[in-house]
Amino acid sequence: MAAPKKGRGSTGGQGRPGRALVLILIAMVALTGGMFLSGHTTPRLGIDLAGGTSITLKAKSQPGKPDAINETNMNTAVSIIERRVNGLGVSEAEVQTQGASNIIVNIPKGTNSAQAREQVGTTAQLYFRPVLTVTGGEPTPEGSASPSASGSGKASATPSAKATDPETASDPKTTPSASATTQGRAVTDGLKKDETPTPSASTSGAPASSDAPAATGKPDPATAALEKKFTALDCTDPAARAKAGDGVKPEEPTVACGSEGDAKYLLGPAEVSGTDVDDAKAQFDQQRGIWLVSMEFTDKGSKKFQTITKKLSSQQSPQNQFAISLDGEVVSAPQVNETLSGSAEISGSFTQQSAEDLANVLSYGALPLSFSEDTVTTVTAALGGEQLEAGLIAGAIGLALVVIYLVAYYRGLALIALLSLLASGILTYTIMALLGPAIGFALNLPAVCGAIVAIGITADSFIVYFERIRDEIREGRTLRPAVERAWPRARRTILVSDFVSFLAAAVLFLVTVGKVQGFAFTLGLTTLLDVVVVFLFTKPVMTLMARTKFFGSGHPWSGLDPKRLGAKPPLRRSRRVTARTDHPKEA
Amino acid sequence: MSRLGNLGARLYRGEVGYDFIGKRKIWYGVSILITITAILGLAVSGLNMGIEFKGGAVFTTDTKAKVSVSQAQEDAATASGHEAIVQELGNGGLRIQITEVDTQKADQIKAQLSEDLGIPEAKINADLVGPSWGEQIANKAWAGLGIFMVLVVVYLAIAFEWRMAVAALIALIHDITITVGVYALVGFEVTPGTVIGLLTILGYSLYDTVVVFDSLKEGTKGITKQTRWTYSEIANRSINGTLVRSINTTVVALLPVAGLLFIGGGVLGAGMLNDISLSLFVGLAAGAYSSIFIATPLVADLKEREPQIKALKKRILAKRAAAAAKGESVEDERDDRDDLDGDYDEDTQHAGAVVGQRRQTGGHGRTPRNRR
Repeated sequence: MAAPKKGRGSTGGQGRPGRALVLILIAMVALTGGMFLSGHTTPRLGIDLAGGTSITLKAKSQPGKPDAINETNMNTAVSIIERRVNGLGVSEAEVQTQGASNIIVNIPKGTNSAQAREQVGTTAQLYFRPVLTVTGGEPTPEGSASPSASGSGKASATPSAKATDPETASDPKTTPSASATTQGRAVTDGLKKDETPTPSASTSGAPASSDAPAATGKPDPATAALEKKFTALDCTDPAARAKAGDGVKPEEPTVACGSEGDAKYLLGPAEVSGTDVDDAKAQFDQQRGIWLVSMEFTDKGSKKFQTITKKLSSQQSPQNQFAISLDGEVVSAPQVNETLSGSAEISGSFTQQSAEDLANVLSYGALPLSFSEDTVTTVTAALGGEQLEAGLIAGAIGLALVVIYLVAYYRGLALIALLSLLASGILTYTIMALLGPAIGFALNLPAVCGAIVAIGITADSFIVYFERIRDEIREGRTLRPAVERAWPRARRTILVSDFVSFLAAAVLFLVTVGKVQGFAFTLGLTTLLDVVVVFLFTKPVMTLMARTKFFGSGHPWSGLDPKRLGAKPPLRRSRRVTARTDHPKEA
Repeated sequence: MSRLGNLGARLYRGEVGYDFIGKRKIWYGVSILITITAILGLAVSGLNMGIEFKGGAVFTTDTKAKVSVSQAQEDAATASGHEAIVQELGNGGLRIQITEVDTQKADQIKAQLSEDLGIPEAKINADLVGPSWGEQIANKAWAGLGIFMVLVVVYLAIAFEWRMAVAALIALIHDITITVGVYALVGFEVTPGTVIGLLTILGYSLYDTVVVFDSLKEGTKGITKQTRWTYSEIANRSINGTLVRSINTTVVALLPVAGLLFIGGGVLGAGMLNDISLSLFVGLAAGAYSSIFIATPLVADLKEREPQIKALKKRILAKRAAAAAKGESVEDERDDRDDLDGDYDEDTQHAGAVVGQRRQTGGHGRTPRNRR
């Protein structure tokens, strides 16, 4: 592969080194300009340098479902985790897949990472449960009664009162729709009675829960405990909201909060689970001009759904509602007006976004993946800053040592090497800064290491070229032809070795996960930039420098003094070893 | 510079040089010895795997704790129910490492430690690793290693030839074995950082090897059409010719790594910087050694088995014996060779053939000095 396609011939570059230089200068100016225009003048820092918490989740394989861990499921899992984490008020949390079965969650410093972890680690579980009681989100419902719309009207994904108008109901598919007004009234009704018996009364009275052993009319201890829990539940507290449904089995009744915290529910056992949903889509109803969510059930799910809707449709409000509970939170609680099967639509005051969200939620539930926490790294801002500083100091020391070595050995030529390293540095820095917003690249500690190691790889390209030029001078050539004759061979070597280096980086990047990836990325990027810099910068500059008196005449300090290099006069004939075909074939 | 520069020139012209190929058996022996030591070390003492591979927790404090290191060790052991390793860091902070605790338990330990050490929880860095994580990292690293090796062998076989690919692969395995062996013998902790470093060596070790091979490939173009040198002799010249570059490259690569190692070890005490740079340092040194002492001699060995090259060697040796019998002077031959080179310079593509014929008519041997 070694023969480069785009490279100039051995003498071609001599005439127009300016063009390549202009090209790379334009690239540098454009990148720098772009960097300042985009406002991202520093590379985005990873958690280990900026501080924060980073969690690696691994999807657990599910028995009987060998294909469960696939790209689609992983992506939906990412969206749901993102929603959960960002729902905590973490605005800059980033969630991304890595490899086939890992999800990385990065939570910047200054957030409650413990709470975030709780949210992140759990499985997305979706159930359809009959609603037994619903009240506002406060712990003691009495007095708080502003049930009108607070029950669900604000929850974007929850169908609102509007949905119950006759027009909606006449929809052929018959929309299960919640009515906040009805809901509110039910709550009010409940409040008028003695507070404690309310839940049990409705529990026992609801045929929906007839097959629930825990709710058979006589309040057994479990039911009593549940009631107590329901009364005490404070859905306005996000932590309590998240915990409300913890550890509850689907076949048991439970308490749950509305996802906005403004309603709480006492729910019967799960009748239909997320796995029964085949597909859910957000759709725009042209006729009515509203967004709705349509669901398709699997055969089994369809039967179950038919049974529950039949039961529910004969109930009084609020027991004719079923709650769509996701991870213990009620996302939506539509009202059922008639028996449904096969497919269903949920309508309400959806926006496009909220309809898509709910459709996603329904789909997620249909594709549950459970995750285990594989790593949790918490880095304080202080340590992050320290690590960054250490990395930069190490880089500076490394660079300084390389510079000293190059100056000592190559003298004047070191100037060209330094300029090239500078060009490479500018390109690397600006590209890294721009890649932050573009593809979410974050500079972490291994990436800094990669960049430092890359100093060596980049400098090596110059060494290859300089040694070739010196070889040519030893042949007795003057500098200008030596620079041109050395190039094709140096170019070949640089391309071959950079290719191998890039291959290593690419394989590492594709195969590995976590920190290794950041390292591989930087290494690959700098290797590519090395080729660019050597072709478009080092070589043209070398050609130009060869025209100066200092280098051209082989000044002792230029690093190209023929005498010092041991070139043997007379210069007319080269003395070389026969079998070495030292001159370029490409010439 | 001047002395080194002159040395470079003399190496280049073949006036001085070390007979890498001729003494290859010694170096093979050295390498086999090192490799056996490495394998023995691996078998006897095993690798000291970090918590990333065993699962567990590492807590680091930013500030100086109120308690001593030994007290912290006790506290950590009580809090976790497992043995804890506590180190003091360069900045006065503590690094507490507890193995085999799961991520949930680690949270409790962290809270307990925060109380015991008198450091707020927000100021404790935690690195919690589940037991399956290390396995996953290791598996992926092995997969990466395998894929990379296959690709590189295919690439080298196409760009060069299969013998070079095989030799490069052996050199690569050699480097990795040595690095792993050093880790086993010295007892450095193996972390994902180590793995990163190890995998980077792959690229770097080959990078070096490829440069020597590149020069070897050029040097041996049209080798069968001349009767001056054997393959091994040219291979030796290639090594010597690129020796200055190899040394420079290795030095230039090692300098930034040394910077990392110094900062990582000296300032931060431990961590990713240190882990990566340590394995890189060992691996780079092994890589530079193997590309010169192992990879190229192996290619020469493999090549010398080829019938064509074998025949060539026979012809050359016979001719040299004949020349020695005639007692031709060295100086004559050298002048003659210069003439030939002059012509050689002007011709390009078919130079090898032309030179070969002329040489046969010239019928000269080689100077012992230049043969190297």
